[in-house]
Amino acid sequence: MTEQRTSTDSDQSEAIIAALQDARERQAPVYISAGGTKRNLVGRQCNAAELDVSAHRGIVDYQPQELVITARAGTPLTEIAAILAGHQQRLPFEPPLFGGRATLGGTLACNLSGPARPWSGSIRDMVLGVQMINGKCERLTFGGKVMKNVAGYDVSRLQAGALGTLGVLTEISLKVLPQPQKALSLCFAMTADEAVQTMNQRAAEPKPLSGAFWVDGQLYLRLSGAANAVDSTARQWGGESVEDDNALWEALREMALPFFAGDAPLWRFSVQSSARVATDFGETLIDWGGAQRWLRGEHSREQLDRFANDAGGHASLFRGGDRNSEVRPPLGKVERRLQQQLKHSFDPDGILNPGRLYSWL
Amino acid sequence: MKTARQNLTNPTSEALKRRLRACLPADCIIEDTESQRPYECDALTIYRDLPLAVVLPETVAQVQQVLQICDALNVPVVARGAGTGLCAGAMPHPEGVLLVLTKLDRILEIDPLARTARVQPGVSNLSISEAAARHGLYYAPDPSSQIACSIGGNVSENSGGVHCLKYGLTVHNILAMTVLTVQGEALTIGSLGLDSPGYDLMALFTGSEGLLGIVTEVTVRLLPAPEIARVVMAGFDSIDAAGDAVGAVIAAGIIPAGLEMMDRLAVQAAEDFAHAGYPRDAAAILLCEMDGTREEVAQHVEEVTALFKQLGATSLTVSQDEAHRALLWKGRKSAFPAVGRIAPDYYCMDGTIPRGQVTYVLNEIYRLSEHYGLPVANVFHAGDGNLHPLILFDASDPQQVRKAESFGGDILDLSVRVGGCLTGEHGVGVEKLRKMPSQFSGQELAQFEDIKYAFDPALNLNPGKGIPILKRCQEYRALPARHQHD
Repeated sequence: MTEQRTSTDSDQSEAIIAALQDARERQAPVYISAGGTKRNLVGRQCNAAELDVSAHRGIVDYQPQELVITARAGTPLTEIAAILAGHQQRLPFEPPLFGGRATLGGTLACNLSGPARPWSGSIRDMVLGVQMINGKCERLTFGGKVMKNVAGYDVSRLQAGALGTLGVLTEISLKVLPQPQKALSLCFAMTADEAVQTMNQRAAEPKPLSGAFWVDGQLYLRLSGAANAVDSTARQWGGESVEDDNALWEALREMALPFFAGDAPLWRFSVQSSARVATDFGETLIDWGGAQRWLRGEHSREQLDRFANDAGGHASLFRGGDRNSEVRPPLGKVERRLQQQLKHSFDPDGILNPGRLYSWL
Repeated sequence: MKTARQNLTNPTSEALKRRLRACLPADCIIEDTESQRPYECDALTIYRDLPLAVVLPETVAQVQQVLQICDALNVPVVARGAGTGLCAGAMPHPEGVLLVLTKLDRILEIDPLARTARVQPGVSNLSISEAAARHGLYYAPDPSSQIACSIGGNVSENSGGVHCLKYGLTVHNILAMTVLTVQGEALTIGSLGLDSPGYDLMALFTGSEGLLGIVTEVTVRLLPAPEIARVVMAGFDSIDAAGDAVGAVIAAGIIPAGLEMMDRLAVQAAEDFAHAGYPRDAAAILLCEMDGTREEVAQHVEEVTALFKQLGATSLTVSQDEAHRALLWKGRKSAFPAVGRIAPDYYCMDGTIPRGQVTYVLNEIYRLSEHYGLPVANVFHAGDGNLHPLILFDASDPQQVRKAESFGGDILDLSVRVGGCLTGEHGVGVEKLRKMPSQFSGQELAQFEDIKYAFDPALNLNPGKGIPILKRCQEYRALPARHQHD
């Protein structure tokens, strides 16, 4: 640890264990919260009593030369980003910060990553270890602080996207990376179909591509890395250079672009990057080099599922709409049984975020 | 560690063989002891056994039938790929079936635009990159055994290689899989997108050592082959200086494609074997590979060379062309067989440590080497902290075998003590099973056990490997006592 601890740092894990023991005894499930930024995002409405873990925060260890940081789950991402920036390092998965309130634990539980995800990996890819409290109120540590670790099942990565239904995350170790020497962005006017083709072709070139999204007839490509590699690629690829491109990628990451405004339901498609563009569902925004696509408005779940399935992925209701019904596609019989048994192995009494991922989990 | 066959007239065994013969062609079942010998162990040859039957199905449907038969008769199933594993994870169970997947060896599809390959589990790691090469693409994880090792085995062990710091492990480079449950039910996990709707079963299955299901198809991600790669080799006159140089590269903001360290004994053995031009007098060498665009590689080679000079490198070589680069790597990639020539046997360890601890850990290993009277050569994936000490011994001398095992166990304890782990990429298998409590508490091991039950309630998939079973040992199908080396 090379930095000073801040006055807000606090280890609340004993209090969290006590709260879970109480919940278990009373058979009164909890809804785990910290920054509160994703309550109405990603998962279903969870009607259990709130367990606020935001006080459990602070950076526990940071070794810049090891490229590893460990922090309590309630630590705001902005605090982590600031300490990393002091050593010219960064969180490679470029997570949304949601006004500075997003926490490390919530980001891992929701598996949220930004525009760099296809090239630098997701938070799921960067997690090296977790400390968590399962539904049996046991404090468990899996993985560690090293890059390679295959002892036992990879329970750390399993927490990514589990929406807190397997345990309360208390401490997380992540791989971090150096900041790129230079970044710039290029813009090209084209249709969505042309953009999907171009994004995939560019991604197959050995160039420092680090972002590719399309909205409103414009394809934006971001290059980042060694300055000379970025400059020479920009010269080869042409396009118009984008002024103040940081603000543009930040707006995309924070879902602050006009496309995301308003209350209309927001649907997320996670599909094969080269999948054809859906034309019958209205306006779309295409990110992650084609692998993540967004849609607005009321749609028939079956139709969206059919399209997503053909495109090799799945559709989910990311924000808005009816959050008491399922927000993710139905799973097959065998997978559903295995997912239920897996949940049961961590949380036999079902006290952790019941129904947040699926109504039956 | 070899034993006579048991249960030859066991009624279950007879029923099993009868039913296997009914669903598989005759040349896909091996029942006689002599023909089974090649399958008695993986590349960790000190652990051996023979199964009731070896089966080599040719289709996924046959794999499914084998699983259904074993499930119905409550018989253990051990999956095996190319047998290059290093933890006895594919050692047969004496009362079970060894399910060899090498005949499922087709590359089913390469999608150059989406940059994916859909392959069967028996396809070799290297052949994926070879098939993708005409599209300018390759599959990044490259274990040293990549010519032979199969992708199914890579998934089961979450294999790494020398390029993990920059390109990740198997788990970072695969998108989707078809797996069969222990009951033979087919299940597709992951997706062609970058995530999936429920729990991340890709994360759970990768590295699960064949304990949760049988992989019958894998979709891997392909990356664009870099424009150029160059390697800088530097010799140092102390382990400390080489260790500092590793930290300095990372601190300079450079993520090398590969960053390897070898100590004196490993360097000398590799040089005698490969004639790569390694400095035989160095206490340690570093091999630092940079890849990317021509401009950035040129810049990084210059920066790294300057850093190494500044930190007291006693020799410096930069690869001049592809042939030279391949030669510099040949020494490293053949380090295991090279060390194999200077002793009757070697025992390869696999702990991972924080990079900053390398000097301390290597000096401790040298101390242990003197204590046990067994030489040790060290090969280190320095970029990602994964240490491979090779303990030299003679397997025909039972005392040396015991010493080598104790020495190895001490190294694993040491790795855990400095904040690392028991195994970086080789897996637990039989070999490290009894060491698991040094890294995990009883509650953590019990959680692993509960996960195992969620997928395999009768504990028939690769029993006696990977995770110790504590709670229900009465009914547990553990390996016979002869495999426990206390």
